[in-house]
Amino acid sequence: MRKEVRTSGVFTRRTLLLMGGQAGLLGLLGVKLWDLQAVEGARYATLAEENRISVRMLAPPRGRLLDRTGEIIGGNKLNWRALLVAEQAGDVPSVLDNFSRIVPLADHERVRIERDIKRHRRFVPVVVREFLTWEEMVRLEVNAPDLPGVVTDVGTTRIYPFGEDLAHVVGYVAPPSEADVGEDPLFELPGIRIGRAGMEKAEDEALRGRAGAVQLEVNAVGRIIRELDRREGQPGQDIHLTVDAGLQTAVRARLGEESASAVVMDARNGEVLAMGTNPSFDPSLFNSGVSQAQWREWTRNKRAPLVNKAATGLYAPGSTFKMVVALAALEARAVTMGERLPCLGHYDLGNARFHCWNRYGHGNLDMRSALKLSCDCYFYEAARRTGMDKIAAMANRFGLGTTLDIELPGLRTGLVPTRGWRIGQGKPWAQGDTVVHGIGQGFTQVTPLQLATMAARLATGRAVQPHLTKAMDGTVRAGGKAEDWPSLGIPERDLHLMREAMWAVVNEPGGTALVARLPDRSVAMAGKTGTSQVRRVSRAERERGFRAETLPWEYRPHALFVAFAPYDAPRYAVSVVVEHGLGGAQAAGPIARDIMTEVLTRDPAGKPFPAPTARVADADRS
Amino acid sequence: MERRLLRKPEFGIADKLMRVSWVLVILLCLLAGVGYAALYSAGGGAPEPYAARHALRFGFALLLMLGIAMIDIRLIQRFAWVFYALTLGLLVLVAVTGQVGKGAQRWIDLGIVQLQPSEMMKIALVTVLASWFHRASWERIGNPFFLVVPALAVLVPVGLILKQPNLGTAVITAVVGAIVFFAAGVRLWKFALIAGVAALAAPIAYAQLHDYQRARITTFLNPESDPLGAGYNIIQSRIALGSGGIWGKGWLQGTQGQLSFLPEKQTDFIFTMWAEEWGFVGAAAVLALLLVIILWSMTMALACRHQYGRLLSLGIACNFFLYVAVNVAMVMGAIPVGGVPLPLVSHGGSAMITVMLGFGLLMSAYVHRDAEFRGPAEDG
Repeated sequence: MRKEVRTSGVFTRRTLLLMGGQAGLLGLLGVKLWDLQAVEGARYATLAEENRISVRMLAPPRGRLLDRTGEIIGGNKLNWRALLVAEQAGDVPSVLDNFSRIVPLADHERVRIERDIKRHRRFVPVVVREFLTWEEMVRLEVNAPDLPGVVTDVGTTRIYPFGEDLAHVVGYVAPPSEADVGEDPLFELPGIRIGRAGMEKAEDEALRGRAGAVQLEVNAVGRIIRELDRREGQPGQDIHLTVDAGLQTAVRARLGEESASAVVMDARNGEVLAMGTNPSFDPSLFNSGVSQAQWREWTRNKRAPLVNKAATGLYAPGSTFKMVVALAALEARAVTMGERLPCLGHYDLGNARFHCWNRYGHGNLDMRSALKLSCDCYFYEAARRTGMDKIAAMANRFGLGTTLDIELPGLRTGLVPTRGWRIGQGKPWAQGDTVVHGIGQGFTQVTPLQLATMAARLATGRAVQPHLTKAMDGTVRAGGKAEDWPSLGIPERDLHLMREAMWAVVNEPGGTALVARLPDRSVAMAGKTGTSQVRRVSRAERERGFRAETLPWEYRPHALFVAFAPYDAPRYAVSVVVEHGLGGAQAAGPIARDIMTEVLTRDPAGKPFPAPTARVADADRS
Repeated sequence: MERRLLRKPEFGIADKLMRVSWVLVILLCLLAGVGYAALYSAGGGAPEPYAARHALRFGFALLLMLGIAMIDIRLIQRFAWVFYALTLGLLVLVAVTGQVGKGAQRWIDLGIVQLQPSEMMKIALVTVLASWFHRASWERIGNPFFLVVPALAVLVPVGLILKQPNLGTAVITAVVGAIVFFAAGVRLWKFALIAGVAALAAPIAYAQLHDYQRARITTFLNPESDPLGAGYNIIQSRIALGSGGIWGKGWLQGTQGQLSFLPEKQTDFIFTMWAEEWGFVGAAAVLALLLVIILWSMTMALACRHQYGRLLSLGIACNFFLYVAVNVAMVMGAIPVGGVPLPLVSHGGSAMITVMLGFGLLMSAYVHRDAEFRGPAEDG
């Protein structure tokens, strides 16, 4: 007990000591306060009287987005607007009434204005109306006496010269939400926009720049007398993308009315040259606020115009997966190149029967012919012998089911299942599951971007990553050369067989995609078709003579195609996915053929890249 | 008689309410009242957008405090580690998700209020340190190995808060921890040793600081060097404060605050706003009120008959003191600007809730000041 007393005695002494220290420190602060307010009060009062210097923030111009040829795909233009400083307005509703008489304001605008005033501090100007015409500006200026607190100024707004064509890549900007306010002092500025999708969102911080400050002399009520000093902020950085706007437009035009997407990549370094998605939307609509009706139309549309299908659409890869299965089988020594496996038109495993697309069977096939004819039975057996985990590991090496290192927000990883994944879900993994994955059905889900990556990696044997940034802030990014990317570590012999078989698919009589042969016979394209079911075909349907084209649109199978060209010196990789397009050969093949022809004619990767610009100069803001 | 006292509810709610220190409650209400008046002025002479919400939050926080005061202090002691572990978990969560969101993600949204886990950490740290030391004998406290666990309990969260990065809160957290060590009876030469090591390590730490944190230190040393930038706040704050004079310009009449020369007038610089409008007389009165609250809380710590309550109350009182001292010194330009609010006066929910939560614990220790902790003492 004595020891307890000891600690408590120490506690009391030390607490009293602390109390003395606290009183002393606050006392010192009190002295300092006396010093500031009483001793030097008069001096500071004079300073305060002269304190007519007000500091305002300056919005930095947002960095531009340019394509690989230097064409502006996301730029700025001048925007005349009217702002309101609540503090100077006094009676806000009556000022807005007066304003309405000159430039009519809709009710929802007034609600937004009043909300903005509440949200910001009272000296922060809020936007009353943007995109004013010259005439409206003049009328407002003339009526200035009736409009205390209203100021007109010129800001910038975002323009997208390629509109719908690049909407999913470029993204769009919109006013910051309540949750964003406070994150960056810039968000207090009236009319500021932040990136909400695509590159605008992914690189928002770089594009945004840093706020400048202007020192103003103001009178006693805060009206500006003159500008004393100006410190420009840092304009946002210009970003050169790898895309070719002209090619992108052509790709989108070729997709036509289909709900489809296509990706064109430089196979040697992963630069994305075009990434088209149909249908699309006009990104500039977000700038001024999307109407309810428009929003409803977009979100209810079955073809999902707001979704970047190329990067975030998930599809079973279908037969385009067969190269992965073949390579995994070769690596596992489950099948040799020359070994022939039988196809009777169906494949039996226990009581289950799996069908080949050719109900009469292909006979005995080696690996090359199995790929060329896209025989299903061959790959059922190859998959069964190889095992799912090895197939999944190979798929991941080709980028399928992995998170690609591309700058877009909201990227999807997709899925290539392993047995562990399924068991983790509390379900058993059946051998039949492995078998269906041999033809790219089952749980596997990939994006068109992953398919294009796979095609590029097949073509070059290197682990290229798709990317969109060519140059930023005046410096060209690494990753532009093939040597920047590591080898996949797959034997050249195996890869060569894949390329050869893909060449046969398109160029050899009997191949499944002869229709996709390039019209210019001096260059050959290699490719592979894929058709992925979105719903199971029951036995009853099969016996009745099943025809996919009789199904309603949303149940029809997706059509896929992956390709690279030229065959002998691969430079471009393409993937095409036509949602519910029925067959890969009929729907996706011709699109891939025409896109590849367009790419080879334009040869965007062959053109020199212009010297990148770093930042927008103030002068050419418009 | 004694048996009855040991039985489980020793007091009913009514008895407990009788034992609440209503003096402290009234003092806190007074302080919040000062906050309301200042925020009313900061809102341009209107309850919106700051003052009304401040009042609402304070009402909620007061109920929270009284609710916590009713909880048995022994229960709090028993669950101190759980509280600490949960808060540490939140801190880690913020560190992890913060990296995803590219920094500046120090907050966790609880629906009603947003909480800054680093603020909460200071309270949790005090409860857990008090729990560690409360049965320890003088000899055990003298053993350096006995101090390893509590030292880690301080250093781990301080490291996480530094990583956020939030230098001000990290330093305050470390100081609060040190004060509990001090009051628990850790030998003085150990503090001298740590201070010596810290003095040697300071240059290395400076090299680790973020650019904006260095800017704060350099502009503190010479505010005029960057009048438009980081020094702007300090200069404007001093002008506003000094121009208030002895009697002030009158409520709602402060030109510097009202004309928005003063930045952050509703949060960090609310004391400046107050001092400009109410002069030295008003500002000194608020300082005195703050000092009375602090000293009163410290005497409440002395009134406890168990070491747990003493250490807990002391830690919380000192945490409040540090808020006050850092904020007031900051607005007068005596220490670098650090984003520390003036508790119960500044606008903002997170600091208010954590401060009142702390006072709730302190009050619980006071209400249960005669409680006996059962079970054998650790040793001695």
